[in-house]
Amino acid sequence: MNLESLLALVVSSTLVYSAPLILAALGGVYSENSGIVNIGLEGIMTVGAFTSIIFNLTFASSLGIWTPWLGALVGAIFGLVFSLLHAFATINLHADHIISGTVLNLLAPPLGVFLIKAIYEKGQTANITANFGYANIPGLADIPVLGKIFFANTSAPAWLAIILTIAMWFILYKTRLGLRLRSAGENPQAADTLGVNVYKMRYLGVLTSGFMAGLGGAVFAQSISGNFSISTIVGQGFMALAAVIFGKWNPIGAMLSSLFFGFAQSLSIIGAQLPGLSKIPTVYMQIAPYVITIIVLVLFLGKSVAPAADGVNYIKAK
Amino acid sequence: MIKVTAKQKRLLVPLISVIAGFLVGAIIMLIWSYNPFSAYAAMFNGALGTMSGLGETIREATPLIFTAIGFAIASKAGFFNIGLPGQAQAGWLTSVWVVLANPNLPKYILLPLAIIAGAFAGAIVAGIAGYLRAYFGTNEVITTIMLNYIVLYLCQYLMQQIMPSSLRTDTDTTKDIGSNGSLHIDWLSHLFGDSRINAGIFLGIIALVIFWFLMKKTTVGFEIKAVGLNPFASRYAGMSTKKNIIVSMLLSGAFAGIGGVVQGLGTYQNYFTQTSSVDIGWDGLSVALLGNSTAIGILLAALLFSILKIGGLGMQTAAGVPYEIVSIVIAAIIFFIAISYVFDLLFKIKKSKTYRHPLKKGVEIGPNNGVDSPDFKLQKEG
Repeated sequence: MNLESLLALVVSSTLVYSAPLILAALGGVYSENSGIVNIGLEGIMTVGAFTSIIFNLTFASSLGIWTPWLGALVGAIFGLVFSLLHAFATINLHADHIISGTVLNLLAPPLGVFLIKAIYEKGQTANITANFGYANIPGLADIPVLGKIFFANTSAPAWLAIILTIAMWFILYKTRLGLRLRSAGENPQAADTLGVNVYKMRYLGVLTSGFMAGLGGAVFAQSISGNFSISTIVGQGFMALAAVIFGKWNPIGAMLSSLFFGFAQSLSIIGAQLPGLSKIPTVYMQIAPYVITIIVLVLFLGKSVAPAADGVNYIKAK
Repeated sequence: MIKVTAKQKRLLVPLISVIAGFLVGAIIMLIWSYNPFSAYAAMFNGALGTMSGLGETIREATPLIFTAIGFAIASKAGFFNIGLPGQAQAGWLTSVWVVLANPNLPKYILLPLAIIAGAFAGAIVAGIAGYLRAYFGTNEVITTIMLNYIVLYLCQYLMQQIMPSSLRTDTDTTKDIGSNGSLHIDWLSHLFGDSRINAGIFLGIIALVIFWFLMKKTTVGFEIKAVGLNPFASRYAGMSTKKNIIVSMLLSGAFAGIGGVVQGLGTYQNYFTQTSSVDIGWDGLSVALLGNSTAIGILLAALLFSILKIGGLGMQTAAGVPYEIVSIVIAAIIFFIAISYVFDLLFKIKKSKTYRHPLKKGVEIGPNNGVDSPDFKLQKEG
C-alpha cells in the first residue's frame, strides 16, 4: 500500500466515524452554551438512528439515492421532538439536568426496540440498501494528491458537518442571536434584566441539540451500522459529550476533537491494515477519547471553561 | 392545591410517579393495540405467582440494592455518581477472577476475599472520580461517565488478553466458579423452585442496615450529609471537604462493586464480555431516585423494579407484549420523579399546629449577612 492510498484510507475512515460525533457535539455545544447540560445526547442519537432506519427501509424503493439524506432529516426532526422532553423538564419544570438527561438515555433504546418489534415483529431491523456510502466531492476531487486523499471516496455527511460547524460557530460568536444564547448560559439573571428571553434561548439551545444529535444518530445508522438494534448507539452520544468538553464548549473545538475521536475510533477498526499499528492493543485507541477528556478536565481545573450557569436552573421571579 | 403534611408528600411523590409510569406504559400499549390489563396481570403473575418467579424477583433485586446504596451515599454527599455500571463491572470481573485463580482455598476465606476484592475494585474506580473532584474540582458526572467506558473496554482487554486461558472457556466467557467461591445455597434455591436466588439477598439486607446505621448514627455519615448540604458551613465547622468527598465516593464505589460481585458469584457464576454498560448500574440509579435514597425506600423500589423486570419476561411470553415496555415504564417513573416541581404545585405542605418559630413572636430578624437581599425578613408566625 503506497503512502497516498494509505492516507486516503485513514482520512476517509476518520471522516466516516467523525461525522456523527461532529453533528451531535455541535448540538451539545449549543445546549450547554444556553445553560442546559444535555447528557441525553446518547438517547437522542438513538431516536435519530431508529427513525431514520425505519424511514429508509420504508421509502428506499421510491426515493432512490436521496433516501439517506431525507432519512437524516427525519431522524433530526424526531430528535428535536424527543429533546422537547428534556427542554420542558429542565426549563419549565426545574428538573435536575442530569436526571432528565439520564431519562432520555433510559427511554430511547427500549422505545426504539419496542417500536421495531411492534412494526417488524423482530428485535432488529433488516439492513438498509440505500446508505450514504462514499462520495466524490465534485470539482475538489480532481485536485492532484490532496483531492484523492480528502475529497475522493469520502464521507459526504462529514463535509456537511464541517461546513455546519463553521456556520454554527459564526452564529454563536458573531451574531446577536449567538450572544443572547451564550448570555443565557453565562448569567441568566443579567440577560433577563437586559430583555433577553432566557427560557426562549434555552429552548433554542436544547432543541438545536435535539436536531443535531438526531441528525448525528441518523448519519451513524445510515453510514456505519446499516440497521437498528439495541446495540446500534452504544457510547457515541457520550463520546460526543466528551468532544464538547475537550473542545472547550466551542463549535470549532468540538469539531476538531470529534475528528480526533473519530480518528481514534477508526484506528481501532482499520488499525490491522496499517503497518506498525497492528501491534498496539486496540484498547488504547478505544479508551483514548475518554481518558483524554478526563485529562483535559483536570488540566483546565474543570471550572473556568464551562459556561458559568451551565446546569443551573433559571427560575424567573413572578 | 391539596394540603398534605411533609411526611405524606414524601410518600405521595414516588407513589404517584409509579402510577403515572404504569399509565404511560398502558397508553403506549393501547396505541399499539396490546391489552395493558392482561399485560400487567401477566407481569405480576410472572414475578410473584410462582415460587421460582418470586425467587428470581428477589435475585434480581439483590444487586440493585447494592448499586442503589452506592448511588445514595454519593448523592447524600452532593455527588451524582453516574459511574455505577463501571464500578459494578469492575467488581464483577475482579471477584470472579479471584475465585477462579484460587480454586483450592476454603470457602470461609475465599468468599469474603472475593467480595472484598470486588468492593475494592469498585471503590478504586469511583475513588478516581472522587480524588479528581476533591483536588482538581473536576465534575464527577463527566469523569464517571468516561470511567464507565474506560472500564468497559479495559475489562474486554483484560478478559481477552491478560486473563490466563486456563480460566476461560473462550475469549468472551470465563469458566464457572467453584462452589468454594459461590453465593449459591442449595436449600434456598430449592425452596424457591430452583431459581437463582442466592445468599446475596442476606448480604443485601445487611448492607441496607449498615447503610441506615452509617447515615443516621455515625460521624462519617453525618459529615457526608453535612458536606452535601453545605460544603462551606461544614468546612467552617472543621470537617475536611476533600476527605469527605473521597470517602463518600469510595464507599459508593465499594457498594456498587459488591453489586457486581453478587451478579458474578450469585446470579451468573461467571463473567462474560459486556458490550454496553452493565444494566444493574443504571437500574440502581433509578432505584435510588425512586426510593429517595433511604434504606426502606431502596428496598421497596428494588423489589418493584425487579417485579417489572422479571414479570416483563412473563408478560412477553404470556401476553405477547414486547419486554421493552418494562424499561419504558421505569424511565417514565424516573421522569416523573425528576419533575417533582409539578408536585410542589399540586401539594402544599401543611404547617403543623404545634409549629412555632424558634424566635420569639414579633422579633424581627436583621440583615441576613448578604445571603439573600439585605432587607430580607423572615415572615412572622400567625
